[in-house]
Amino acid sequence: MSRGKKTVERVMQLMNQPESIRNIGIVAHIDHGKTTLSDNLLAGAGIISGDLAGKACWMDSDEEEQARGITIDASNVSMVHEYGGKEYLINMIDTPGHVDFGGDVTRAMRAVDGAVVLVDAVEGTMPQTETVLRQALKERVKPVLFINKVDRLINELQVDEMEMQIRLGKVIDKVNKLIKGMNEEMYNNGWKLDAAGGTVAFGSALYNWAISVPYMKKSGISFKEVYEHCKKGEMKELAKKSPLCEVVLDMVVSFLPNPKIAQPRRVGVIWHGDVNTPEGKGMMTCDPTAPSCMMVTDISFDPHAGEVATGRLFSGKLTRGDEMYIMGTAKKVNRLQQVGIFMGPTRVEVPELYAGNIAAVTGLKDAVVGSTVSSLMEMTPFESLEHYSEPVVTVAVEAKNMKDLPKLVEVLRQVAKEDPTLRVNINEETGEHLISGMGELHLEIITGRIKRDKGVEIITSEPIVVYRETITQELTDPVEGKSPNRHNRFYFTLHPLPEHVVEMIKSHEISMNQESLERRDAMVKAGFEKDEAKSVKDIYATNILLDMTKGIQYLNETMELIIDGIHEALDGGPLADEPVQNMLIKLVDVKLHEDAIHRGPAQVIPAVRSAIKGGMLLAGDSLLEPLQKLHITVPQDNMGGATSQIQSRRGQVFDMASEGDTITVIGKAPVAELFGFAGDVRSATEGRAMWNSEFAGFEIVPSGSAKEIVLQIRKRKGLKEELPKPADYLA
Amino acid sequence: MLTFIGLGLYDLDDISLKGQNAIIEADAVFLESYTSILTGTSPAELEKRYGKPIKILKRQDVEQHPEPILDAAKTGKVAFLTGGDPMVSTTHADLRIRAKNLGIETRIIHGSSIVSAVCGLSGLQNYRFGKSCSIPYPAKNWFPRTPLDTILSNLIQNLHTLVYLDIQETAFMSVQEGIGILEQLITGDSEKISLYVGIARAGSENPVVAAGTSEKLKDVNFGPPLHILIVPATLHDIEQEYLTLFAGYAPA
Ligand SMILES: Nc1nc2c(ncn2[C@@H]2O[C@H](COP(=O)(O)OP(=O)(O)OP(=O)(O)O)[C@@H](O)[C@H]2O)c(=O)[nH]1
Ligand SMILES: [Mg+2]
Repeated sequence: MSRGKKTVERVMQLMNQPESIRNIGIVAHIDHGKTTLSDNLLAGAGIISGDLAGKACWMDSDEEEQARGITIDASNVSMVHEYGGKEYLINMIDTPGHVDFGGDVTRAMRAVDGAVVLVDAVEGTMPQTETVLRQALKERVKPVLFINKVDRLINELQVDEMEMQIRLGKVIDKVNKLIKGMNEEMYNNGWKLDAAGGTVAFGSALYNWAISVPYMKKSGISFKEVYEHCKKGEMKELAKKSPLCEVVLDMVVSFLPNPKIAQPRRVGVIWHGDVNTPEGKGMMTCDPTAPSCMMVTDISFDPHAGEVATGRLFSGKLTRGDEMYIMGTAKKVNRLQQVGIFMGPTRVEVPELYAGNIAAVTGLKDAVVGSTVSSLMEMTPFESLEHYSEPVVTVAVEAKNMKDLPKLVEVLRQVAKEDPTLRVNINEETGEHLISGMGELHLEIITGRIKRDKGVEIITSEPIVVYRETITQELTDPVEGKSPNRHNRFYFTLHPLPEHVVEMIKSHEISMNQESLERRDAMVKAGFEKDEAKSVKDIYATNILLDMTKGIQYLNETMELIIDGIHEALDGGPLADEPVQNMLIKLVDVKLHEDAIHRGPAQVIPAVRSAIKGGMLLAGDSLLEPLQKLHITVPQDNMGGATSQIQSRRGQVFDMASEGDTITVIGKAPVAELFGFAGDVRSATEGRAMWNSEFAGFEIVPSGSAKEIVLQIRKRKGLKEELPKPADYLA
Repeated sequence: MLTFIGLGLYDLDDISLKGQNAIIEADAVFLESYTSILTGTSPAELEKRYGKPIKILKRQDVEQHPEPILDAAKTGKVAFLTGGDPMVSTTHADLRIRAKNLGIETRIIHGSSIVSAVCGLSGLQNYRFGKSCSIPYPAKNWFPRTPLDTILSNLIQNLHTLVYLDIQETAFMSVQEGIGILEQLITGDSEKISLYVGIARAGSENPVVAAGTSEKLKDVNFGPPLHILIVPATLHDIEQEYLTLFAGYAPA
């Protein structure tokens, strides 16, 4: 503990020197050794004792994490590293590798400027390696590479020195190919990984040693020596001569950017405000005297202090008692209570915290994950954190005991606040609430925690799949929506949104947070006509609303209601009441009653909602289901078992790659068919399959099964058990 | 036969004799309850007076599902009761059109209307009123400026504005609430409104009529609903004298 304390003092001295700070994330495919590495870095920095490290239990402090041997929540820790006679403050986030918790990686990438990407030397790059790299590059987070588990290469696979070098080279090439493919500009501008240049290290997180070209030069140790020690099993020896912590943190300090260098590059990507404003300038220069701007990337619950918001402070400083505002909420003052930093599971308070650091504060009662927090009452918010994957599985939960009804609602609100990749649907009328998440494991953990941490006994349904709806044809003959009093009329045309526009929305290239001129240019680039490009009134999920009308009186004060009506239709389409995606809605004409009282919410919202829903049915509304991409690695003999497991689930095998005596089957299948896959594939391959899955987007349900599935969903939701007709909405 | 009958302004006794007879003869009686209500009586008292059941209609019963009314009118005599004068509220015109299209005979028996009552109570001349408007209770994402714009454009043409105040199932907007909403919409000195006339319970034994600035009207106790508001243009001499005598107006 005293070591911990000492560190805090040093940390505090460094906190106000952005040049000495490195904010980094540890990212990788599941089980490649992130937590083991993080623990050993901490031990090296003197934060925890060496005996505890390597058992992956400091960073994975949750009992569920320890029992399952995986990381579930990202955790933050700060430490000090000395390099070249100077001290540096490393703020590090260990992230989970399991796809179900990928949201934590997305959020962590907003908080950091650099990433240590781990790759298991034996497994090589895996699907999640690619995903985490993409997340990092999207946020302009610079990667360095650590090839881990090299001891296995030598001891288990018995490769010789020569082959080892070839294998390591292959991993580097593969990762470079990925980086180049994702962002060629950054790749050419110095983000290409290069062992000789020092941006690659390799070693064994478990046995606490590592090596890099710069470190070989610095210490005089040679590759051959490393190989020999390893071969003889002299791990302790090796850890002394070439300690993991020195090699990795030297690499971090020398090649990952400090906030002053990183922020100008990142701000343009994650924030679309005017850089000439005080806050814009403050963030571009990481200025502690500028207005405070922080992006909340995590919210956790502390039984003593309450809600703790963690996030990156891009400008200004934070002090206890500061008055802050949360963008997008009623402009109520949120007063900072505790201001601190995270040291693994514990939080340490500091008197002041400066731009460029990762802050952990209490008192931001209106903040949720993704909130922009500022000392200014008004500022352009940061781009929202868009997770690449979407909730595809839902469970219904209800309180076991009547007395817990209100508490469960409160707990669910809290859970939704803490994990933005969840979608929580509270129904106080029926008491049956829906939680949608990334996968079965995600929901298992969440419901488990509701019972364990929040002490609410709940009954959980079998998991159900989340679907989507979209139109497949254009509706160019405007659909008319009439208000109940028939005095107001709304006319829309509907169009499938081209895939490239959807991508631009997902990557924020087109966003409602942009200045309107910037958005107009992006829309033109996407292929829209000029008059369309300047008429964007709303973007909701991946749907766009254009107002193509001209000079209609009273439309201005009615637009928000029109948008409300559209949201209601998009939240649940006509077919199965599932969320709508990829639709372009054009408002082409409107007739409004002269007197405001005859065109209030009760008139406008239902008129617009039913126009859109009826129109969608006229435009070939179809059901989409989520798919999962599967990688199954099995010994050659078990290949049949693996492929049949995909094919028997309405799936499709599209690649098989053999390496040595194993073969990797790659395919995809609907999530609906994958419940219980883990058990089935185990028995089909005598337990010899290694597999993982990732989200592969939504696709239209084949017409053979569509009707049956739609009717099933309608039945489950208590809707009329027949296919809806346009006339149901367009009276 | 569908007969639209205006009940008049305040209580059971405001109806015309013609209207009364039509109710007595009717096979079915409906009472519309959302555009206006008679605050001096209740549906139960109406039923008692006429000794027949009266079906209360909400907005959606008239606007979206008028079939029961129309069906009854196809075969029998239907009395459709409204507060005030039936066709002042635009939505009833729609019902008459629907009936006509179904070949149903219709007629109107008028009742006294707030539109003319305000002239009597305030002394403001009917021919000097411009377009009227309503102030709705603002809702989430909705705070229309139309009422203020209508008032301002009337003022430019030197016309009075009759301002209806929102009637909801559970709330009746008061004069003070109405003025409060207008003041929130006002953005600059050029939009300032210097004179209001508030009227409460027109048609009753004890109506309240008060003229003055928003400041002054804040202190007036208008009492129970319904309330209505007028924004006068410049006053003619007689109008001014009338307001001074009957509405406590104190010219500056
Ligand atoms: N042989 C060997 N095993 C290692 C090494 N590093 C980690 N491991 C083992 O790999 C397993 C996974 O390690 P973790 O550190 O939990 O991996 P992780 O990447 O944090 O896993 P998630 O957080 O669940 O994605 C553990 O059993 C570790 O002991 C290494 O360098 N060599
Ligand atoms: Mg881990």
